[in-house]
Amino acid sequence: MHELSIAMSIVEMAEEEARQRNARVSAVHLKLGALSGIVKEALLSSYGIACDGTSLEGSRLVIEEVPVEVYCEACAVQRRLAPLSWFVCPECGAATPTIVRGKELEVTALEIQ
Amino acid sequence: MNNPGPRLVEVRKNVLKQNDLVARTLRARFFDRGIFVVSLVSSPGTGKTSFLESALRLLRSRFRVAALVGDLATDNDAARLARSGAPVKQITTGTLCHLEAAMVESSLEGWNTGVLDFLFIENVGNLVCPSSYDLGESLRVVLLSVTEGEDKPLKYPTIFNGADLAVITKMDLAAAVEFDEGAALKNIHAVRPGMQIFKVSAKTGAGMDQFLDFVVQQRPRASGSGGLAATH
Repeated sequence: MHELSIAMSIVEMAEEEARQRNARVSAVHLKLGALSGIVKEALLSSYGIACDGTSLEGSRLVIEEVPVEVYCEACAVQRRLAPLSWFVCPECGAATPTIVRGKELEVTALEIQ
Repeated sequence: MNNPGPRLVEVRKNVLKQNDLVARTLRARFFDRGIFVVSLVSSPGTGKTSFLESALRLLRSRFRVAALVGDLATDNDAARLARSGAPVKQITTGTLCHLEAAMVESSLEGWNTGVLDFLFIENVGNLVCPSSYDLGESLRVVLLSVTEGEDKPLKYPTIFNGADLAVITKMDLAAAVEFDEGAALKNIHAVRPGMQIFKVSAKTGAGMDQFLDFVVQQRPRASGSGGLAATH
């Protein structure tokens, strides 16, 4: 369970941005890759705790889940993996070790007012 | 128009940026000093400490080695590892389920190990949380024991995918627990195609030389000062 420390980092980051803009953050938008090692539900519940007593209290965390995309050398195209656990091209079956997307843990935008 | 509603501003910031920055600095420091850093991750009870104790003993005749070991509450592992004769330092993480780069950095402060060729970092036994944190290591090794079940890699794909090589431990028990080696190899390769896999028994020593030869080959021939402590 390391989602709480991740949530605290997100809150810290958003507070810093809010200070610089002299604004209040009402929502944080986050990209969360399926290979980030973070569980969405745990992060959402941790976020509320991390916001307590900060200027972000009452704000929302909006999570955009990013599926794993790999590059298939045999097909020479990017493919989206359905089940996380099998790194093979869903079309041709070739092994696909090159990960293009899916490791994201990134604050993309803030809703401020 | 006077619209008091919220507006969206783009930010684009990696949440783990701070950890990644510290890790990058550590990696550069290790490289400059010619220290090759190997981290170990696995679930609790895989035999990381026995494996590491054996690795330290075997390497010590030819190289200068040390180990940092993360543990939630006890210093049992550090005490066991110290029996190898190598310098060992404990990082007690308290309730934290993983090591972070800053913890590695602060435990190096003032640690007088002398000149080093290899530093091993044993992470907290956990197959989930350590996967998110870069520690500045050059090689991340994920361990799987024959007693754990061959489908572990499929259940924890993130940590297996993020490691550089896999080690199957407790091979001396393989027959007793009817370990399906073919299935284990297949499952590791399913989540990390082409991954190099070593099979060892820390107890009998079988396979340890192959693993260590590989690690030694990975170490660049950089000749730094080898000292660990930060130069302020």
